[in-house]
Amino acid sequence: MPFPGVEVPHLCSQCMDYPCVSACPVDALSVDPDYGAVIVDREKCTGCGDCITACPGTVPFLHPGDNKATICDLCGGEPKCVEVCTEAGYNALTIVNEEPNIHRKLYSRNPIDTARDLAVNMFGEKGEEVIE
Amino acid sequence: MTPGGYAGKYLDVDLTKEKIKEVEYSDKVLEQYFGGRGLAAKVLWDKVGDKYPELDPLDPKSPLIVFTGPMTGIYPGSRICVSGKSPVSMGTVGSTAATEFANEIKEAGYDGVTFTGKADKPVYLLITDDGAELRDAGHLWGLNGEKTLIKLNKEVTAELSKRKPNVGLWKDPGMIYIGPAGENMVRNAAVITKLCHAFGYGGYGSLMGSKNLKAVVAKGRGSLPKVDAPESAKLLWRKTHQILIGRSQFRREGTGYAGYSVGAETSSEPIRNWQEEWHDEKSYAGPLFEHRYWVKKKWADFNCTTNCMKISCIKTGKWKGDITDMPDYELQAYCGTNFGIYDPEANIHLATLADKLGHSGINGPNTAGYAVELHQRGILEDSDFGFKPKWGDPETFDRILHMMAYREKIGDVLAEGTYRAALKIAEMKGLKPEETLKYAVHVKGIEIGAHGTRSDADYTHDISYAASVQGGDHTSVAVDGYSDMSGAVFTDSAVFCNFTYYGVPQSLVFDFAKAITGFPITLESWRTVTGPRIVTLQKAFLMMGGPDLEWEPVKDDDNPPRFYEPLPSGPYKGKTTDKKLVDTKLQTYFETLGWDERGIPSKETLKKLDLGFLEKSMSRLR
Repeated sequence: MPFPGVEVPHLCSQCMDYPCVSACPVDALSVDPDYGAVIVDREKCTGCGDCITACPGTVPFLHPGDNKATICDLCGGEPKCVEVCTEAGYNALTIVNEEPNIHRKLYSRNPIDTARDLAVNMFGEKGEEVIE
Repeated sequence: MTPGGYAGKYLDVDLTKEKIKEVEYSDKVLEQYFGGRGLAAKVLWDKVGDKYPELDPLDPKSPLIVFTGPMTGIYPGSRICVSGKSPVSMGTVGSTAATEFANEIKEAGYDGVTFTGKADKPVYLLITDDGAELRDAGHLWGLNGEKTLIKLNKEVTAELSKRKPNVGLWKDPGMIYIGPAGENMVRNAAVITKLCHAFGYGGYGSLMGSKNLKAVVAKGRGSLPKVDAPESAKLLWRKTHQILIGRSQFRREGTGYAGYSVGAETSSEPIRNWQEEWHDEKSYAGPLFEHRYWVKKKWADFNCTTNCMKISCIKTGKWKGDITDMPDYELQAYCGTNFGIYDPEANIHLATLADKLGHSGINGPNTAGYAVELHQRGILEDSDFGFKPKWGDPETFDRILHMMAYREKIGDVLAEGTYRAALKIAEMKGLKPEETLKYAVHVKGIEIGAHGTRSDADYTHDISYAASVQGGDHTSVAVDGYSDMSGAVFTDSAVFCNFTYYGVPQSLVFDFAKAITGFPITLESWRTVTGPRIVTLQKAFLMMGGPDLEWEPVKDDDNPPRFYEPLPSGPYKGKTTDKKLVDTKLQTYFETLGWDERGIPSKETLKKLDLGFLEKSMSRLR
């Protein structure tokens, strides 16, 4: 989004039905039983990109290094991003412990779509022009 | 092996022949000039050499240089530097702006680009990991800044996403571009990046326009270059960050509260083209901007921990849809008080307009304010403008900024920048040059930033502008010839932001520089050798001048006449810059840097600083 301040972090939101996991033709994706994070088996992954297409938010991406699917694994329950954000003093990221719920999936959106909505929120009608 | 922090390759683009090649600079050159402002000056010399005085900056042969530095992207607050022979001052200016373009170009594997020649039709350059290509920009030419940004962003994003469909594009490409002012070669036009960040000083927008180059777009998918000592760099980054995050005033207010406080407190804000420098207009107070117009209060470019940007948006009324950042202090002053305007909404509108048109928000409005003062003095008439200009009237300045960008009526003359416009108007009206120049607030053609010297209460003093090799540039002022070498000269060459520099202990910053590059760089070596080397080279360029003007040594190393008039109002009423002090300090400044009493670098200095190549040109001046 070429509008100031409208930059959206783009992360896996652990949908309850895990469309990426069911889309994988080689069973390379699995769900972490403790944290609900999607785990990629890098040995099995063929880099076909089906999980990217299946994800409502196009969250997975192929790592430029090995061309394998990459999805946030929540660092085994202790996300590094939260740690550094807290250490840095921004406190923008926090760990929220909540039960799985139906809304979760709705957070999985393409960042461009989210950015468009934020643009309208911030800039009003001008933001709407950007959506067109 | 490439030193740490550098990608190691620079692009060299010949727009006439449409040839792009990769060049490298030796480790010695990189160590001696570092990057950004310093390296750009050296590269400019290598390309032009002794023919410098005959080179018209707007000639196709004149190079446009866009360089990052080794610390860009790694030290908090990344920026990129645009340089070349300045169409305004005829010297060089290291003009920097904060933008993701800086990271993207480094991630694509290049430290910078130089352009020479002139494209026969409008083009833009697209830099990716796969190399660089020139592309047609016919459909973008003539568009204002905002439209250019949106259109180009959409186009390039769509294409790059298509190139790697499975990977997509996680983040927009970075770009620098020019608006109509740059296209029409308004001399002091800016190169713009993002929506509203400008490379203002130096007038490189016109240089870019003269090359028919509308934009440069970069998208890298790689990582930033490796640093020499990663573990130390990590530690230093944490330390730096801890200091910067504690600067809560910047984080809370940015410089968006200064539009009121600099005038009311330190009496150094331009009012009606510097006729006054004091005001106590409560209507212009920071909270009035914040409460009504700021839609986001913490925003920063990539890797910046200062977070000084706040975003303003006008949501209703005739200026609906105007978006700018903050406006920061400089634009609050130049697009506000300098026009006699104390209304936040009008200020936001004019600041947005200046960016959209591609004016430098400081230099363009300085010229506009100058024109209105000439009208006030009866030198310019209503017929020159086509309407009656009034102080404090947003409509007046809206029209003048348009007239300048599109070179209509008197705008055609004003588009030459304040200094040249003053000379032209004197000629037009049959006056002596002094009669118009006495209202022109510039140093060596570069209009002065919004910090006056008369009250002496701000950070700018007597020789701050007078001795500076970048003229009126408020981001790189001269203090005493020794300590300021380690300030802006360093940040512009390592290329990162001033606002992530001041407040951090200098020894820490130089340790950081050493950890990144592996060069044996210290505060001491920068102050005594590298800094003076860069400034001496810039000074030499300035003295050599250009085909249409030459600066007279010492006489032109001075403040504008207005800065010697006593302040007419406020707590510092009657105070003014001390001419005697300026003269003495100037000589001390020259002495510290090893320049002679006329400010010309001496033979010994050139030898000491390994600038022997300048000797031929300098002996001619001596």
